[in-house]
Amino acid sequence: MTTNGHTAANGLAGAIAPKPLHNPLGLLAELTHRCPLGCPYCSNPLEMDKREEELDTATWARVFREAAGLGVLQVHLSGGEPASRRDLADILAAARDAGLYTNLITSGVGVTDKRLNELADAGLDHVQISIQDSEPKSADRIAGYEGAYTRKRALAAAVVALKLPLTANIVIHRANIARIDELVAMALDMGASRVEIAHVQYYGWALKNRAALMPTRDQVEYAVGRIEPLRKQHHGRIVIDAVVPDYYARFPKPCVGGWGRRSLNVTPAGRVLPCHAAESIPGLEFWSVKDHSLREIWEQNPAFNAFRGTDFLPEPCQSCERREIDFGGCRCQAFALTGDARATDPVCHLSPQHHLVEEQAAIREDAEYVYRRL
Amino acid sequence: MNNPAAAPSILPDARPRLPRGVRLVHNEAQGGWVLLAPERVFKADPIAAEVVKRCTGEASFEAIVDDLAKTFGAPRERVLADVTALLQGLADKKLLEL
Repeated sequence: MTTNGHTAANGLAGAIAPKPLHNPLGLLAELTHRCPLGCPYCSNPLEMDKREEELDTATWARVFREAAGLGVLQVHLSGGEPASRRDLADILAAARDAGLYTNLITSGVGVTDKRLNELADAGLDHVQISIQDSEPKSADRIAGYEGAYTRKRALAAAVVALKLPLTANIVIHRANIARIDELVAMALDMGASRVEIAHVQYYGWALKNRAALMPTRDQVEYAVGRIEPLRKQHHGRIVIDAVVPDYYARFPKPCVGGWGRRSLNVTPAGRVLPCHAAESIPGLEFWSVKDHSLREIWEQNPAFNAFRGTDFLPEPCQSCERREIDFGGCRCQAFALTGDARATDPVCHLSPQHHLVEEQAAIREDAEYVYRRL
Repeated sequence: MNNPAAAPSILPDARPRLPRGVRLVHNEAQGGWVLLAPERVFKADPIAAEVVKRCTGEASFEAIVDDLAKTFGAPRERVLADVTALLQGLADKKLLEL
């Protein structure tokens, strides 16, 4: 309402002035690419940053201050496994000092009770633990780590004992998609107040393992159909958020809320990206926090402006009423599937290249996973 | 608007509070009050912010409604209905403990 009034008051000047940039809300801080697990759907790039390239504590503290100045409200401390960094508690304290809401995204492996207490004391707001399966053997096989299931459960119990809010992030694919009910029951049993049903998105390692991970349409329809009954059944006890499986969707997702619009991502080595997969698009040069302030990057890095807004989109997006809802979908997916990052995300059933998605979804092989390794 | 028979109710001596991991903050760059929660950000209009600010775990629900009715010079019944709807909605989303 105030926005409309503002535009009207600006008159012609408002009409010809460039559109003001949105403020980013969230910062994904990939503190390290090191991780004890080897999940075959990891969203990290195939080419990972090495330990010796990682930003130091002081640089992260500066990045958080600059992020808060840009309007960022929440920081997601992620990786790899963020606990692979010995200075994690100091990094977290710096984020809190900058006024940010802190979310720890962890595999659950490598966070000792002592470490968790340090993080809680440093002001940790929320913990998200990834869940591979409700069957221990299957869970450990997917993680590529013997004993991962047990260690995740133990960390969840410690988090809940500290009265920290817990989210179970359940990544769904062919090996566990039949167990939606069991997985949600497990999240409840862990004491999670929120569960994310995240169907695998095919970037990075997941793209490499696509045929081994891809569910059938029947499986997807069953899993998606269980969400509403489960929400009703557990209303008021656990919040269920579900991410629609890309390859079986009718419309594409509004990826990261629009390119360079609502969120940014800093890699372990300090490159700033509009999303974690952005480096898969060739021809974009991403600036580093080692050379620029976050504000300079947000406002001036040509890579951030490359797909901002909707002007670059072709038809059928240009005349589509959903243009400002999903921004034509995901640039990385458009590139991965069509070879053109400006194309309509072929997930959309209106895309002239939608058949590419259907063809890929039909390829399923029970091959061994290619585990994610540094 | 709500059917009174189906309207939710909150006990007068409930002491609503934000659970750990939910914080109300004021942020200039985002244009006002925001409620920060796990993986979620909610814009709070100034009235909602006044309500949530009072959910400290100390004041009873009854006292919060009285205080708001007085502060805003609004009919108590109306305030009771609005605040009940707001707080029950937050509790359903796990953003408030009643």
